[in-house]
Amino acid sequence: MEFDPVTLARIQFGANISFHILFPTISIAMGWVLLFFKWRFNATRDEAWMEAYGFWVKVFALTFAVGVVSGITMSFQFGTNWPGYMRTVGNIAGPLLAYEVLTAFFLEATFLGIMLFGRSRVSNRMHTLATFLVAFGTTVSAFWIIALNSWMQTPAGFTMVNGQAHVTSWLEVIFNPSMPYRLIHMLLASGLTVAFLVAGLSAYRWGRGDRGLAVRHSLKTGVYLAALLIPLQILAGDAHGLNTFHHQPAKLAAMEGVWHTERGAPLLLFALPDEASQSNRYQIGIPRLASLIITHQPDGEIRGLNEFAGRHPPVGKVFWSFRAMVAVGVLMLATAWLAAWQLRRGEPAGWTVSLLTAMTFSGWLATLAGWYVTEIGRQPWLVTGVLSTADAASTVPGGMILSTLLMYLALYLVLLASYVSVVFYLARKAGKHDELPLSANLAGEQA
Amino acid sequence: MNAELWLPVVFAGLMAISLLAYVILDGYDLGVGILLPLGAKAERDTMIASIGPFWDANETWLVLGVGLLLVAFPLAHGIILGELYLPVALMLLGLILRGVAFDFRVKARDPHQPWWNAAFAAGSLLAALSQGVMLGRYLTGFAPGAAAWGFALLAGVGLAAAYALLGAGWLIMKTRGALQARAIGWARRALYGTGLAVLAVSIATPLASSHIAAKWFVLPDFLLLLPLPLGSLALFVLLALSLPRLARRQAAGNDTLCWLPFAATVGIVLLSFWGLAYSVFPDIVIGRLTIWQAASSPEALSVILWGAAVVLPTIVGYTVYAYRVFWGKAEGLSYS
Ligand code: HEM
Repeated sequence: MEFDPVTLARIQFGANISFHILFPTISIAMGWVLLFFKWRFNATRDEAWMEAYGFWVKVFALTFAVGVVSGITMSFQFGTNWPGYMRTVGNIAGPLLAYEVLTAFFLEATFLGIMLFGRSRVSNRMHTLATFLVAFGTTVSAFWIIALNSWMQTPAGFTMVNGQAHVTSWLEVIFNPSMPYRLIHMLLASGLTVAFLVAGLSAYRWGRGDRGLAVRHSLKTGVYLAALLIPLQILAGDAHGLNTFHHQPAKLAAMEGVWHTERGAPLLLFALPDEASQSNRYQIGIPRLASLIITHQPDGEIRGLNEFAGRHPPVGKVFWSFRAMVAVGVLMLATAWLAAWQLRRGEPAGWTVSLLTAMTFSGWLATLAGWYVTEIGRQPWLVTGVLSTADAASTVPGGMILSTLLMYLALYLVLLASYVSVVFYLARKAGKHDELPLSANLAGEQA
Repeated sequence: MNAELWLPVVFAGLMAISLLAYVILDGYDLGVGILLPLGAKAERDTMIASIGPFWDANETWLVLGVGLLLVAFPLAHGIILGELYLPVALMLLGLILRGVAFDFRVKARDPHQPWWNAAFAAGSLLAALSQGVMLGRYLTGFAPGAAAWGFALLAGVGLAAAYALLGAGWLIMKTRGALQARAIGWARRALYGTGLAVLAVSIATPLASSHIAAKWFVLPDFLLLLPLPLGSLALFVLLALSLPRLARRQAAGNDTLCWLPFAATVGIVLLSFWGLAYSVFPDIVIGRLTIWQAASSPEALSVILWGAAVVLPTIVGYTVYAYRVFWGKAEGLSYS
């Protein structure tokens, strides 16, 4: 393979950001779940809620740490990999990133210490407040970064002067056309990822015979949360798709595999998009359904990739990532409703427990697939219509990028494997302490 | 006054403050990490407990510092981090390793724990060395050649020693008993390392950069600057004299002035930092780019400044609060 710096810079950045996003996706919603446990405890004084809190706060701490350190990496790579980015749109990206650090990062990181280790040092009320501030901080951080990301997808509120973007309206920059859709879809994605993590790990403990009250509480919380959020997510995803249709038609055409502008386009269940022949091979679809979903008319027109020759994203990757996301979404719907139904009537069936366990990290899959749709679908642009990815890339020699890329990849693989295995190990270990009184249990968990 | 003139100065100041806060705050927790292998097995949990509630927030100052470099001086960010590509990558490797090891070491299976302890210490050391190398490379204006790289390595060792000193000072303040006694011993050793390194870097810097030499060795500036090296010297002497006394008092169970080594080390860091800032200002890439040439447009900077003016005092406020919550000696840390 040739050392093309642009390709390497993209792979490196893509690898880092893919790794990074896994952890904030968990910590954003996990903060609120912890607050919920805390609130249930405050309301009922049932120690089992606090035991659940005690278990999940450990997972949270681990997740947060990996998120922080991989996020530091990002703050360096923005500049090293994409110097043209700041040069062109620094007036917009700069303040948004700065506000994220100032309003969110310090808040979360500082109160995290109190949330994790301060229970015996501050009042219960202060501890609840600290938990709230951490959850709030993670969400504020998501707000800023989604605003910036959405602005790159659907830029608004600026003019270009001498090749540099200048803001005309901050409101339009922040609440750009795709921002509300993306923010909601992402927050729901985070909620679902956590719901399945909580349900999955609790099911794992359940399956091992660890069926204490704390595990029951967690299992129910996870399952009911998932059952509640997944229909909302599908609705939000649908609305998001309409928005994409209006603002990024080339991306939508790639998602649906529409090569030529078409009325009554079918919804493709399977196809192998082929860039060379500009067509799909082995296409299986449901007639007219894509047009119906997207334009709300059975013979509505979908603009095809032919209208964006040379300016459309790689089709296969976007097409398949989109299908992966939706497939996980459908599976989530089936699993969550089934499990919720069983839980309402009594105990979950054995195979439901196995299914939930298997889906512990399913949210990660859908989230990554979704982000690939979004980010690959924006190509060849870095900022739609304003700055192309190639123009923003750096001049760091390819060999140097490659060597650090290999280092990061190796590191991330090890960390990912460690994270997953430690999370399951924590679940097994927590089960063993069940007979001990709570205080002994916690004291054993020095950090 | 003209915004294009003063905004870059304000932002250079903010960036310097963030980096200074980072060096002091993450400096002590990296230092504790470097010292970890020297602690007895049973003491390691206490060492880590002493930094547990703080390290996440400490590292955020690095994100702010680099973030300000990125958003306020994008041109310089590109040049500096492009030149420092490899040491930055190594520093990130170190920070990632230690950050995750911090949490993994208590949560992983027993046989894996020594491995995570080692990762924590090695990561801390790697991050400290790389940061020193970055500083060294930066000060020579990224000059090529063996001498310039030798200087950078020297700076690397020096910064690692300084962090170890900060870490030892922190432990003296936050622990008691055998660990505290040991920390006093570590501080004494780190003091000599730091002293030698600061001396060597101070002598070598003007030699390595004629640019910096020209700024120091002219009258009357030289006389006005003299308090910086003299002040540092005084603090070194104070530390050298007080550490043995502290050891004797400590053995007798008397904990007065346990904060002195840490405070004096912070003083040395402040003075050295001031000296460095003076050497560099108003350049941001030495000899190539001034802060005015590298600055973003005033429109972006003023938007950030408004936010910073409101938020930074709040951040300082709740940081102080967090330190007060965990005031006093670090006990075994637990999630209860
Ligand atoms: C099942 C029905 C779903 C539909 C119709 C749907 C629709 C979409 C669309 C159209 C996009 C890309 C929009 C754009 O970039 O312009 C997207 C992106 C994304 N999706 Fe989905 N989605 C679904 C399920 C899910 C699920 C279950 C998750 C995660 C648990 C998820 C997570 C994401 C994420 C993280 C993104 C990238 C961020 C964004 O652009 O919002 N999606 N989705």
